Amino acid sequence: MTRIRFLILSAFSLCLCSRGFAQNAPNAKAAAPIDLTGYWVTIITPDWRERMVPPAKGDYLAVPITAAAQKIADAWEPANDEAAGEQCRSYGAPAINATPTRLHITWQDDNTLKVETDYGMQTRLFHFGNWKPPAGPVTWQGDSIAMWELTGPAVLGAGGNRGGDPARRFGNLKVTTTHVRPGYFRKNGIPYSANVRMTEYWDLFTDPSGTQRMMITQQIEDPEYLFRTWITTYNFKKEPDGSKWDPTPCSARW
Amino acid sequence: MLDKFRISTLKSLAVLFCILLMSGPAFAQVDLSGIWGFVRGQYGQENGGGSDIGDYTGIPINDEGRAVGLSFSPTQWSQPERQCQYYSPRYASTGPFALNIWSDTDPVTGRIIAWNMGAWIDKDIVNVWMDGRPHPSANTFHPFGGFATGTWEGDTLVVRTTHMKWSILRINGLQHSDRATMTQYIVRHGDLLSMLTYFEDPVYLTEPYVLSSVWQLSPKTNFSRTSPACEPINESPRLENTSIVPHYLPGKNPFANDYARYYNLPLEAAQGGAQTMYPEFRKKLKDVYHYVPPEKCTRYCCDSADPAVKCIRDGTGQVR
Repeated sequence: MTRIRFLILSAFSLCLCSRGFAQNAPNAKAAAPIDLTGYWVTIITPDWRERMVPPAKGDYLAVPITAAAQKIADAWEPANDEAAGEQCRSYGAPAINATPTRLHITWQDDNTLKVETDYGMQTRLFHFGNWKPPAGPVTWQGDSIAMWELTGPAVLGAGGNRGGDPARRFGNLKVTTTHVRPGYFRKNGIPYSANVRMTEYWDLFTDPSGTQRMMITQQIEDPEYLFRTWITTYNFKKEPDGSKWDPTPCSARW
Repeated sequence: MLDKFRISTLKSLAVLFCILLMSGPAFAQVDLSGIWGFVRGQYGQENGGGSDIGDYTGIPINDEGRAVGLSFSPTQWSQPERQCQYYSPRYASTGPFALNIWSDTDPVTGRIIAWNMGAWIDKDIVNVWMDGRPHPSANTFHPFGGFATGTWEGDTLVVRTTHMKWSILRINGLQHSDRATMTQYIVRHGDLLSMLTYFEDPVYLTEPYVLSSVWQLSPKTNFSRTSPACEPINESPRLENTSIVPHYLPGKNPFANDYARYYNLPLEAAQGGAQTMYPEFRKKLKDVYHYVPPEKCTRYCCDSADPAVKCIRDGTGQVR
């Protein structure tokens, strides 16, 4: 009988261990299958003239805008935002990943990942676990609920056969953001509404030179100002330190 | 006898349960097969009207790469010997194409031997070998699809491509050499397929050219795996003389500065280079070049599918 128990327990232990420690970890930080912390710099290649420099008024290329959005954007005047003290309108969560920014990612606590930008000096907080958004006014960065999506526990070798280090964990970060203060997708007044909803997938890779690369795939839905879901990707390169970190306040024009 | 039977059954159940637990996620999350529709949400001009000649922004080219780009004349594509020439596998990451992906399996073991990325038009099928075969000698023939091998890292398919032909880096004439190599990281998030492309070229780039792209599962789309047959014709009487290769000599490309002029950009920005990829270049634009954005968009302003949106959709300046 002891032998049977031993066999069963061994089999179950093997199963649970092989599925990764992450699912049983006490908090999000301990469960992290990837380490996103550190300094990251964006690589601006596609849509350079819409992302690196303020796009011209009326430039909505690649954004699936509705006629209602076009009407607002065509009437956009940066002076009005400056007068209203709303220079950060193009720095909200749905816009920030596309901007020429660096990111500084740290753990604020065991269940909250903090993402700061030097461009516009914004802070996003990714809340794991059973976090409930507090009641209150909408904010530029909104409320973000995060979860790790865990994948195969072991390295899958060529042909899909298992092998490699069984202790190595794999996965990505999924973030859903809502409750965002209305702002602009780009620095030329393309609007998003308070009903905007953004889903992001953050993936981490190591390139052949050994440098870490981060890719963010994001889906944005806005029933008022987007004709269909707007899906994009952005990529960042890990930097060794914060020596190039350059905090710059929001600007409605540059 | 009964105890023996119980032990055996329990052992079998435990092993079966373990196998089920271990195998579930891997098989569920690594199936890349299907038709992945092109998502129009980035690479606006590149996927629409095509990049302007002289628009090298955000690409880490060196002086040689820039010179080759400026020597390029699109009339080359009308030459009978070039009309059926495929683009390289790199074009898949920015071209306006769906991806048709399927696997070849070993009929005996059931293991995947290769993932294949279909061609549609303009490029060849890329076979991503998963059976551990090595890359051949650098001196081996370079096919249009290059030579690609893949490995899984978790649920990411890492594809390494070598042996590409000299081909376009961007549709406006920038080229990559036949010594270029490419590493692609392909992940699936539900009905989205995302790809990070890390492209190296010791001849025309100063640092890796890194791009990210996304496709969406589109099972109802019919998208060919192979390129249709191509038959060259004489498109221009001038090109019937095979001694002519359309090109511009150094400093003689009349369109070289058009892009910078259209968008008020300093030539140093339009001509690209690694510095133009990073955020600090903005400060240079502002402080050194005193860049001022154009007052109003006058070309390639939008591509929304909403029929109620009327705007300038191409280079004509006409609202449509």
